[in-house]
Formats: sequence, structure tokens, C-alpha cells
Amino acid sequence: MKAKRVWALAMAGMMALGLAACGSSNTQTSTTAASDSTTTAAAADSSAEDTSAAASDTEAAKDLSGSITMAGSTSMEKFANALAEAFMEQYPDVTVQAEFTGSSAGVEAVLNGQSDIGNSSRNLKEEEKAKGAVENIVAIDGIAVVTDAANSVSDLTKQQLTDIYAGNINNWKDIGGKDQPIVVVGREAGSGTRGAFEEILKLEDQCKYANELDSTGAVMAKVASTPGAIGYVSLDVIDDSVKVLTLDGVEPSEENIKSGSYFLSRPFVMATKGEISEQNELVQALFDYVYSTEGSELVESVGLITVE
Amino acid sequence: MQKNTSILSDKKKRSIAEKTAEYIFTGCGLLAVLAVISITAYMLISGTPALFKVGILEILFGNVWKPTGDPASFGILYVILTSIVGTFLAILIGVPIGVLTAVFLAETAPERLAKIVRPAVELLAGIPSVIYGLLGLLLLNPLMYQLELKIFAGSETHQFTGGANLISAVLVLALMILPTVINISESALRAVPKHLKSASLALGATHIQTIFKVILPAAKSGIMTAVVLGCGRAIGEAMAITLVSGSSVNFPLPFNSVRFLTTAIVAEMSYSQGLHREVLFTIGLVLFVFIMLINTALTRLFQRGGMEDDE
Repeated sequence: MKAKRVWALAMAGMMALGLAACGSSNTQTSTTAASDSTTTAAAADSSAEDTSAAASDTEAAKDLSGSITMAGSTSMEKFANALAEAFMEQYPDVTVQAEFTGSSAGVEAVLNGQSDIGNSSRNLKEEEKAKGAVENIVAIDGIAVVTDAANSVSDLTKQQLTDIYAGNINNWKDIGGKDQPIVVVGREAGSGTRGAFEEILKLEDQCKYANELDSTGAVMAKVASTPGAIGYVSLDVIDDSVKVLTLDGVEPSEENIKSGSYFLSRPFVMATKGEISEQNELVQALFDYVYSTEGSELVESVGLITVE
Repeated sequence: MQKNTSILSDKKKRSIAEKTAEYIFTGCGLLAVLAVISITAYMLISGTPALFKVGILEILFGNVWKPTGDPASFGILYVILTSIVGTFLAILIGVPIGVLTAVFLAETAPERLAKIVRPAVELLAGIPSVIYGLLGLLLLNPLMYQLELKIFAGSETHQFTGGANLISAVLVLALMILPTVINISESALRAVPKHLKSASLALGATHIQTIFKVILPAAKSGIMTAVVLGCGRAIGEAMAITLVSGSSVNFPLPFNSVRFLTTAIVAEMSYSQGLHREVLFTIGLVLFVFIMLINTALTRLFQRGGMEDDE
């Protein structure tokens, strides 16, 4: 009897764990699953073309085949996967493989010839350009700093923002607001938004968060409902429940981000070795796609700002 | 004369039916064992590599959690402590309330009141954990923030969390284990032989004396089971407390934003990669070991208690 009870308890515990583990492995494989389904769809498409000559004539533009490899920034994972998927749908015989190893590793890979495109979520360094890497900015990532709607502070300098997140300033009165403690809200380690935010403020893994939430929505909800809270979110999710701060007096609008006057933004670069025109036709087709109207829609659909 | 229509009357067919049923039962039983073995194996395989890559002591006794830092640091000591402290406090709050509710239901409640309380408890058990979390987020956290502002008014060193702290998580957990504790304790109390109660009352003990001196001690092992299951639920809960605990890695003080073993996995799994992800699996393994340890330890405890009763 009692031995059985131990089993029962053990099982109950493990089921909880099992669920957690399942959830994770799902996210891990979701991107591959997505690209798998695209390839299957692509295969179906091409067999359809075989059977019908007329169809293949009209789709002559799509007779590119081969594979493109990308490597680089983890922050660009969402964008790169969406791009790969959409591109492979357009050109069923082309495979786009994306690896996420980090910006510097991506640029290095393209310089070594290990991959066709190096994804970088920062501007290329001078020495990288000197080695022949060309900076092709495909999108811009903007981050907004938000507080609860009742906050009287409406502007922060870069230094003030850095001090708040580093834990040096912990009351709004120190920066011209009410006598109210600052509740510092941020994202979990590994989040692209957190990575970008900390990178731009040069606070990599030094931020003192009171709340580390695991989604943009959670940050918005927490900031909106907590007097004195401050948080950062991607630009595209902002609504009236929170107050958006200007930084160094600049509003986080699309124009300001494109012109570079709003500092909390970073370019998404798809680096190539040599100009795009020197690349093979596959890579050229990919860049044509990125800079097309469909490409712009894609950029916007993943919450980024287009370059044009 | 003989009815040959039923398979049960045919000896050969009957034995086939018996055998098949037995195999099906055995199969079902083995499925559970298979699940346990495969989950254990999976946790060990995916959880142990990081232990050796990072170092067992560094993971278990390090107190700096910077998984994406350079160099990265994977100390989960505070996370482990939070889970232990949080579960302990939740038990401390939830068990007395639960057991007394069970006494109320089994002994003192007027029938009409019991008819309201019992379905309410059952409903409590059926509420999804995320709802508990949302309630905590919307009701408990603002209240906690008011309290925090009063207690730490003018404090330069305290980091204000907006009410997302250990206490909020503990209160939510205590509420969540209530139905488990109440239901199992109540069955245990009802299973106490009636003659014990009668004898106690006949000897002149009052009803309350009988409850505390006779019925509760007699139901001890059942109540221990309730505690064990409550413990299991509290330490394994993730969804509710991820919303109310703030999820920063801190030492588990009442007003600190804290991260539990479960929420540590949930919070960072989505974007983690490489060694970071492996360490998250290691946290899962630690949690797994914890649940095993707690269950065996407490089961042993109440087994011994049960044996003493028998003597």
C-alpha cells in the first residue's frame, strides 16, 4: 500500500515536470517544424509544376534552385526565420538555412566563406568592413521606454536611464518626478529586447531588475498597473495604458529612429562579403525580396521598422 | 438446458477473456512504470551534462545567475532556497487552515453549511492555476505594494518590486494547496472508527477535546499524506507564481522579488540556447530530485508514525 503511494506521488510530481519539459521542446523544434512544412509545401508545388507544363511556364521566375546559408545574431532569429520561410515559399527549390550564433560569429562566418550572409544586430565594425564585409541594413529594431500613465516624468537622458537600470537611481524624485520609488521592470535573460536594451546602454548583465517578466505583454501589464514602474518594450506594442518617455528629448517615432536621433534602436544588418551585386543570383534574389514590398510587409509583421 | 450464449459459460472462451483482461490491466500498469522510467531517464540525460560542464558546486551553490553574461554564471542557490522557503511557508499557512476546515466539514459543520462549503472547496480544486496567478497579480500585488511602500518608506537600500514578492507567491501557493489538504484530511477524519469517538465522549470528554485528543491523532497518517501531496503541488507549481513573484533571482526574503525552480525554467526556456538551455534542464533535474526527496522522506516519516500507532 505505502510503496504504491510513493509511486503515485512520484508520478504526480513528474507529470508536472513532464509538462514543463514538453513546452520547452515544442519551442525548440517549432522553427524546424515550420520550415519542414514549407519544404513539404514546396515539394508539392514542384511536383504540381512537373505535371503541368503550363504552370511551370508562368512561374519561370521561380526556377532558381540551390541553398543559401545565413549565420549570426540571435536577436534576428524571428526575422531571419520568417524571411527564410517566406522566401522558400516564393522559390520552392531554394533552401535557406539559418543558424544563430551571435552577431560577431555571423560576420566572421561570412568573411571566412562559411556562410553566404552574416546576420548582425549592430553596425559592422571598421575592421570587419576593412576585411571586405558590406553592411546591408535590412530593418531597424526600436525599443520604447514606458512608465505607468500617471507618472509626471516625461523625458530621460541616456545617463538617467542607465542609472535607473543599474540601480544608482531608485526614486523618481531624483530625476524631477514625484517622491515615489522606481520599480524596475525588464525581460528575462535571453530575450532579444533585453539583449538590445542592455547592449545599447552598455549594461550587459548588470541591470538590477525588480521584475523579470517573460513576455512583452507581461511587461506592459505590469508597468500599466504599478505606480512608479518603468519598463522597456518593442515599439509596435505600445498603447494608451502606459506612458511612453522621450529619450534625450527625442520621441520614439519611426522618423526619429530612421534618422538615428532616437538612441534606443539598432540596425539589423545582413552582411555580405563584397557588394550584393557581386553575390550569386540566389543571394541577390533574397535581397531583392527583402527590399520588395512583400519584404517590407514581412519586416513590419515581426515588429521591426523598414529602412526605406 | 445449458445456455451457451454467454462467453462466460464456455470454459475455453472464459479463460481467454480472463487472460486478455489480465494482460490489459498489466499493460495499463506498466504504462505508468514506463512513463516514470522514461521521464527519469530523459531528465538525467538532458540535465546532467550541464552539471559537469559548469561544475556541480558552481551550479548548486553559486548565487549569481547571469546565463547570458560574459563570462556566464549559472548559480541557482537562491532559486533552490526560494523553492524550499516558499513551499515551507505555504505549507505552514495552508495546512492548519486546511486541516481545521476538514475538521469543520467532518465534525462540527451543520449539514446545510457543509453543503455550501464542500462544493466550494471542490470548485477551488478545479480552478486552473493561471487564474490563481491572475487574481494574485490583480488583487494581491497592489495590496502588497501598499504594504511595501509603508514598510520600506524612505529606505535607500530596498529595491521596490511593486508587490511582486515572496509573500504574494506564498499566499497564492497556500490557497492552491488548500483543496488537496482539505479533501484528503477530511477523508482521513471520516475514516476514524466511530467507537473511538463514542468512547471518548462516554468518558466525559467534550466534543472539542475529542477532536484534538482522539480524532486528529487517529487520523495522523492521512493528514501526513495530505501534507505530502500539498508539498508536491506547491513545489511543482509554476504558472500561478510566475505571475506574482517578480521572477528576479534574489535571496528569498519576504519583500524580495524571487524566482522558484519552476519559474526559472518557464521564464527563460523560450529564447535560451546552448549551455543556458542545458542548465535549465539541470534546474528541472534538481526540481525532480527535490520532489522525489520530499516524497520519500515524508512518506517514510508517516510510515514510521503509522507503525507506532499499530503497536
